[in-house]
Amino acid sequence: MCVLHLMLQGFDPPHQSETRTIYVANRFPLHGHYIPTVTFSNGDVFQYTIWNFVPKNLFEQFRRIANFYFLIIFLVQLMIDTPTSPVTSGLPLFFVITVTSIKQGYEDWLRHKADNEVNGAPVYVVRSGSLVGDIVRVAKDETFPVDLVLLSSDRPDGTCHITTASLDGETNLKTHYSVAETSVCQSVSQLESLQAVVECQQPEADLYRFVGRMTVTLLGEEIVRPLGPENLLLRGARLKNTKEIFGVAVYTGMESKMALNYKCKSQKRSAVEKSMNSFLIIYLCILLFEAILSTILKYAWQSEEKWNEPFYNQKTEQERNSSPILKFISDFLAFLVLYNFIIPISLYVTVEMQKFLGSFFIGWDLDLYHEESDQKAQVNTSDLNEELGQVEYVFTDKTGTLTENEMHFRECSINGTKYREVNGKLVPEGLTDDSPDGSTPHMELLFLKAVALCHTVQISYDQPDCMVPGSDPFSHVNGFSANHMEYYASSPDEKALVEAAKRIGITFISSNGDTVEIKTFGKTEKFKLLHVLEFDPNRRRMSVILQTPSGGQIMFTKGAESAILPFATSGEMEKTRLHVDEFALKGLRTLVVACRHFSPEQYTEVDRRLNAARTALQQREEKLQEAFNFIERDLQLLGATGVEDKLQDKVQETIEALRLAGIKVWVLTGDKHETAVSVSLSCGHFHRTMNILELLQQRSDNECAEQLRRLARRIKEDHVIQHGLVVDGASLSLALREHEKLFMEVCKNCSAVLCCRMAPLQKAKVVRLIKTSPEKPITLAVGDGANDVSMIQEAHVGIGIMGKEGRQAVRNSDYAIARFKFLAKLLLVHGHFYYIRIATLVQYFFYKNVCFITPQFLYQFFCLFSQQTLYDSVYLTLYNICFTSLPILVYSLFEQLVHPHVLQSKPALYRDISRNSMLSFRTFLYWTLLGFCHAFVFFFGSYILMGEDTTLMGNGQMFGNWTFGTLVFTVMVITVTLKLALETHFWTWMNHFVTWGSIAFYFIFSLFYGGIIWPFLHTQDMYFVFVQLLSSGSAWFAIIIIIITCLFPDVIKKVFYRHLQPTNTQKSQVQLTNTHPYVNQSCPQAVCKECFWLFFCQLVEGKDYFLSIF
Amino acid sequence: MMASGYNAKDEDGHIAVAGLGGGALRSRKPENTAFKQQRLPAWQPVLTAGSVLPAFFIIGLVFIPIGIGLYVTSSNIREFEIDYTGVDVSSPCFNCSQNFNWNSTKPCTCSIPFYLDQSYESNVFMYYGLSNFYQNHRRYVKSRDDSQLNGDPTELTKPSKECEPYAFHEHKPIAPCGAIANSMFNDSLELFYIDPNGTKVPVPLSSTGIAWWTDKHVKFRNPGGNPNLTAAFQGTVKPVNWRRPVYELDSDPENNGFINEDFIVWMRTAALPTFRKLYRVIQKRNGLMPTLPRGNYSLDVHYNYPVRSFEGRKRVILSSISWMGGKNPFLGIAYVSVGSVCFFLGVVLLFIHHKYGNRSSSADMSH
Repeated sequence: MCVLHLMLQGFDPPHQSETRTIYVANRFPLHGHYIPTVTFSNGDVFQYTIWNFVPKNLFEQFRRIANFYFLIIFLVQLMIDTPTSPVTSGLPLFFVITVTSIKQGYEDWLRHKADNEVNGAPVYVVRSGSLVGDIVRVAKDETFPVDLVLLSSDRPDGTCHITTASLDGETNLKTHYSVAETSVCQSVSQLESLQAVVECQQPEADLYRFVGRMTVTLLGEEIVRPLGPENLLLRGARLKNTKEIFGVAVYTGMESKMALNYKCKSQKRSAVEKSMNSFLIIYLCILLFEAILSTILKYAWQSEEKWNEPFYNQKTEQERNSSPILKFISDFLAFLVLYNFIIPISLYVTVEMQKFLGSFFIGWDLDLYHEESDQKAQVNTSDLNEELGQVEYVFTDKTGTLTENEMHFRECSINGTKYREVNGKLVPEGLTDDSPDGSTPHMELLFLKAVALCHTVQISYDQPDCMVPGSDPFSHVNGFSANHMEYYASSPDEKALVEAAKRIGITFISSNGDTVEIKTFGKTEKFKLLHVLEFDPNRRRMSVILQTPSGGQIMFTKGAESAILPFATSGEMEKTRLHVDEFALKGLRTLVVACRHFSPEQYTEVDRRLNAARTALQQREEKLQEAFNFIERDLQLLGATGVEDKLQDKVQETIEALRLAGIKVWVLTGDKHETAVSVSLSCGHFHRTMNILELLQQRSDNECAEQLRRLARRIKEDHVIQHGLVVDGASLSLALREHEKLFMEVCKNCSAVLCCRMAPLQKAKVVRLIKTSPEKPITLAVGDGANDVSMIQEAHVGIGIMGKEGRQAVRNSDYAIARFKFLAKLLLVHGHFYYIRIATLVQYFFYKNVCFITPQFLYQFFCLFSQQTLYDSVYLTLYNICFTSLPILVYSLFEQLVHPHVLQSKPALYRDISRNSMLSFRTFLYWTLLGFCHAFVFFFGSYILMGEDTTLMGNGQMFGNWTFGTLVFTVMVITVTLKLALETHFWTWMNHFVTWGSIAFYFIFSLFYGGIIWPFLHTQDMYFVFVQLLSSGSAWFAIIIIIITCLFPDVIKKVFYRHLQPTNTQKSQVQLTNTHPYVNQSCPQAVCKECFWLFFCQLVEGKDYFLSIF
Repeated sequence: MMASGYNAKDEDGHIAVAGLGGGALRSRKPENTAFKQQRLPAWQPVLTAGSVLPAFFIIGLVFIPIGIGLYVTSSNIREFEIDYTGVDVSSPCFNCSQNFNWNSTKPCTCSIPFYLDQSYESNVFMYYGLSNFYQNHRRYVKSRDDSQLNGDPTELTKPSKECEPYAFHEHKPIAPCGAIANSMFNDSLELFYIDPNGTKVPVPLSSTGIAWWTDKHVKFRNPGGNPNLTAAFQGTVKPVNWRRPVYELDSDPENNGFINEDFIVWMRTAALPTFRKLYRVIQKRNGLMPTLPRGNYSLDVHYNYPVRSFEGRKRVILSSISWMGGKNPFLGIAYVSVGSVCFFLGVVLLFIHHKYGNRSSSADMSH
């Protein structure tokens, strides 16, 4: 919900949000003092505190339908006279609730622990308002306790550096600014005189959005300054390179942006969970049916006095006199209680444990560990583990996902001439490395200056504050030497370009607030930074407006070719366009650089518009857009750059494997069409034999529809060849607006689809389109940047790549991996494992509860529907939580149908489990019917044995009803456990331990339970019943024959299916046994046979040999 | 039974590198353990015709003889059943069954003659059987107080609520309380051998050893301390339907009160509406004499227990016993049929195995 909210906020115009007004504190304590952070970090950030844990957690848990159902059953048992004691459903419910709350408590504790860093430190409050409005001092390397608006720092320009590593993982230093009027207040005493009011929007979760303004009253005059994200210090970020700062608290506690983000949890539900719920409903129907049938039959029997109240079994007065309607209802409820165990109470808790524990295997997997970056796979939600085995569509980002996002400057085009970088020099095309030194033509210089100036790169000097003793104390003063300087940029393209400019000779040295220094071939030039028109994905360009040393105003603009060329009015447009296309064909990322000189009048207009837009409180974004569009036109084209982004390791293999697994791969990228196609070709997404269809640059609805129809026809015409489709963003939005069906039709018939020039929201739209198409395929989105977040959130499974573009994608993803190639193992191996595990788990749970409760239902036919239980209440209680719980849990943690290597080398095996095949209605029916059949065999097997009413003991004594129930129960526990054993393909020592251990535990427990006269109980029904049962030889023979009868048809079915219709999975199981020599060696039978033959042959041969010697 | 293999591969070659970094530089690299990498050694059975075949044959070969053995054992058991409900007019007990009255003090007796055409050589177990009697009705099953029956003196006079409406009679606690106790079977049965010369020789019936040992010695106890049972049950009244109080059930103090074995046997509620309960044992006397020789017998019944109201039947069964209990052909038949089905399927599988075995390319199927 909340995440969704965040996303909507990100793309839609903000709702008419009320602003909040904060008066910077005007109460003055005598001295600054430390107060503990507790006041700041409101406990509501987290789900629970120690005090509200129990009630709140209970409330949360009973909101689940299953738990609520069992609570109702429990209450019914407390209220009316029911066949089983309330303990029988109360205890399992208690167990389930306890386990779940321990798990949730643990997860919450982890969150607490992660946040303790921020919470633990006390806060130095300089001037206190009412929490919001406090002025807070934060020292170097401390984290911010609340969201602050920066007032001043110890630097004269009022800036400070922070890292937001703990928020979004971006480790680069970010500069934050204070308003000029407040930045002079660098001491407590100066702050005392400050009179200021901050107005800002209400708290929202988007980390990168903040709109506000500050009104400072200075000498009776009110000065209004805009506030943006660059003025806001977020709670959880850390102060760097700055001694101390003062700030005013704007959002505290649960309102801080970090807290708002923590609350959000993925609300995605897996397909397995959905089918689980529908199965539950079917079972609920079975339960109601059984209860209604029993009630009706009960009244049919009771109509005759001799069955209703024979002389030996009279009713009490109270029972006789109670109203018939009430009795009818209570009878119905009693049957409901009697059969309620058919709804597997521990299913949810086991599934939850399985997911929680099972998800550790992803993080532990060495194959998903990236050595270079020291990153292992990360699981953000364990709810979707099995969904990894169901993926049908993969949507992948290109940059940083398929590629390394490690940019290297390769080529550029300046004023119509192409240049390559060779050994730190720009070499024009056609010329070799002997161009005359020093004299760089004017256009080249301007181009390089533009590259060196138009960016948002930060510089960090190697540890400028803590100098190594003995080293030259002036080293950081006199030389901005290359060794000490490192660029930090949020965009790797910019970094690559600035570094390239430096290699060529134009070095970006420093940027201090409003001045930027560059060194042009040794000569330092100072530019005054007037405005930065920040990059945004819709505009797809950024600009800086500078005052040149000579005094003129110039704007440098850099951006995507489609975002600049239409606004360019002069320069070598055609040649540059040609070069850009050439670069793109080589797979280079292209940027176009342009400039604009302002006349003083023009600049005044620009300045006015920008300031007006920036201080606007309402609809600031729209106004800014408008202003930007006004400024960024009439451009003079300077040239274009080509930056190479290397493909990641094994991308081709991974895409091929996914395709073999029946997964359709779509590449969604913001890059231009030529770049995207060439990368697509090089990474194997498209291949040369494919017929590439294009849906590009459609301008009108009709045109688009016509083109789509044409494509559809072409696909129909030659369906032998594989088709690939290229769509660009604009055409896509046209296609989606009116011709969704037609577009889907085309897409489905293409084996590869490439969408280029995509805006983030469009990526999400494409995902939603596929997700909601009639087949409802399972989608997976993988990406690394903030622009992929929307599609990661939208897809069924979102995968974040831990790349260079920060950790926003990772934070919003369900799973995060370091490299794209890990996707293959994640899906083909882990997905397969988790799916078969959970699918069998769900089916088995329903099966074992049918087995459990159906005999009880059948027994009603033999006891006048009097609701007599067949089993003792302790057995009823413990069946699901002790006797049969562990084997299935261990199975669901460790089962492997096929060895991981085989799964990875044969991606086609993934198709065997696709479309939720193991939870299809057919398999569900099979398991349910199997459960009913087994239950019939248990019950009627025991019935025939005992129903002959002869003794089963050697001393002629008789058994009673409890022994009968115990016999059924014993057979059932063993059969149900062995049925799972038959399903198990991967027997680790733990499987052995819990399988045989469960059966042994049942015997030991029963002996113990029946061996004692239990104090405080009025009935001792089970006293020595189990021992007496086991002392009967006939009972043992009966147990064996019933179990065999139950399980053998199943074995036969398995064998027949394996031989007559083997699935690929089964074939590869057999092949596995073949190809691995050790497997065969330790197979006793095979060894025996082989050894025997070998021995025999050797004997014969040896004899010949022996004879031949003579 | 199954093709199998221990799969402990991959352990070699991957020597754990973790730990080299030492404490200072903590790498996030996962540990290379078999557990974490999901490489635990495991047995991976594959159910193929080849691997399952032997199991089929073995089961077939083992079960058929066992079944035959069980069947023979069962059919060697002799069982003789007499229905003495008295539904027919011709039945000797017809009058008794018609003129039933709870309050009659004079017992109605009837005697049923019967002929055993084969003698019983070993111990004979005498059962009474009731049908259409729902001892497993929920209201009935729970209508007892095991604390009272366990001889707890404080519980004796405080019957559990579950015993209602058989807990109190005229405001005095009933001992033993509850519907089960109240409806205890109270026909008495005597067996006479009729000599060839016409004299009735009573057959000695032993009434001990008919209840579970643990029931008699642990679960059921007379109220403590007082050897005089009459005094021990002071303050309680007999169940409504009983003719005698519980402390007069038998003259033998070891078989009286709550530990009377007839009572204990009755208190173990039957699973199904048609049931038998052990009534008496006819011990084999000495050496050569058969326990019950061939000839004419007479069963004398003190007809006290009404069953006509619920269309019930009363029977007496004389049965010999083997180690596996009474006559029960079911187990033998089940074993023989399951065994033969397995054997038959084994043959079918062998056929499949040969016909399809090679096609599905399996090593353990190739020989």
